[in-house]
Amino acid sequence: MSGAVSKAIELSFGSEIGYLDLIQGVSDGVSALAGFDSDSQYWIGLAVREAVTNAILHGNQKDAKKKVVLVFRICEDRLEIIVRDQGKGLEGLDIPDPLDPENLLRPGGRGIFFVRSFMDSVDFRVSPEGGHEIVMKKVRSQKKRGKEDDN
Amino acid sequence: MTIDTRTVDGVTVLDIHGKITIGEGSAEIRNTVRDLLQAGRKKILLNMEDVSYVDSSGIGEMVSSFTTVTNQGGELKLLHLTKKLRELLAITKLLTVFDSYTDEGEAVSSFSS
Repeated sequence: MSGAVSKAIELSFGSEIGYLDLIQGVSDGVSALAGFDSDSQYWIGLAVREAVTNAILHGNQKDAKKKVVLVFRICEDRLEIIVRDQGKGLEGLDIPDPLDPENLLRPGGRGIFFVRSFMDSVDFRVSPEGGHEIVMKKVRSQKKRGKEDDN
Repeated sequence: MTIDTRTVDGVTVLDIHGKITIGEGSAEIRNTVRDLLQAGRKKILLNMEDVSYVDSSGIGEMVSSFTTVTNQGGELKLLHLTKKLRELLAITKLLTVFDSYTDEGEAVSSFSS
């Protein structure tokens, strides 16, 4: 993958669920800028929403004083999104497979499944800046790249 | 999110409006369903036509309501799934769990008498 970043946007906000709609709006705007169609914008937005929800609830344990950092990088061949918390990320969390027939009727455990479903690659790691982060990537097609060049 | 309740031929139809997401009062569905069960109304149809957005929390709320109703001998079905919600239920294999309909009359008559 080409790593050249043509545009980058970074947001930092307190661990409050009330920010989710705003964040999703930003995600939609960035996805549009990267040339994704409205369907893809929708699913990328849902992945971002779920990753941020996890950072707030599990990573930062709903501590409003702890920050979530959200980074969008439009690279030549992909959109890269990082969600960083100031806690333990998903460390120690038991997330059973939501598609296992035994788990189908569990009310929770689908957030990360949605992140994995709608993005092309998802990595979890200890952040070099402290805390934990999810790194999500969505491949941009040649056509999408051309669209951004037009802007 | 708001919920309007009406009754059609003994079936309670919940017309749900807005988002079913974390922080948007997704517990309202659970609470409404619980109140209906306490009142002995066990045939429940969730009309999703005016639902603008559902996240994993919202899906969890629907599942939770379904199991509560089923465990009490009732039936909970879905009406007018949006395209996006249908896709979410498909990838989570929940389309195989929920009975869903595109026609209200057909949905209402599908409940056991």
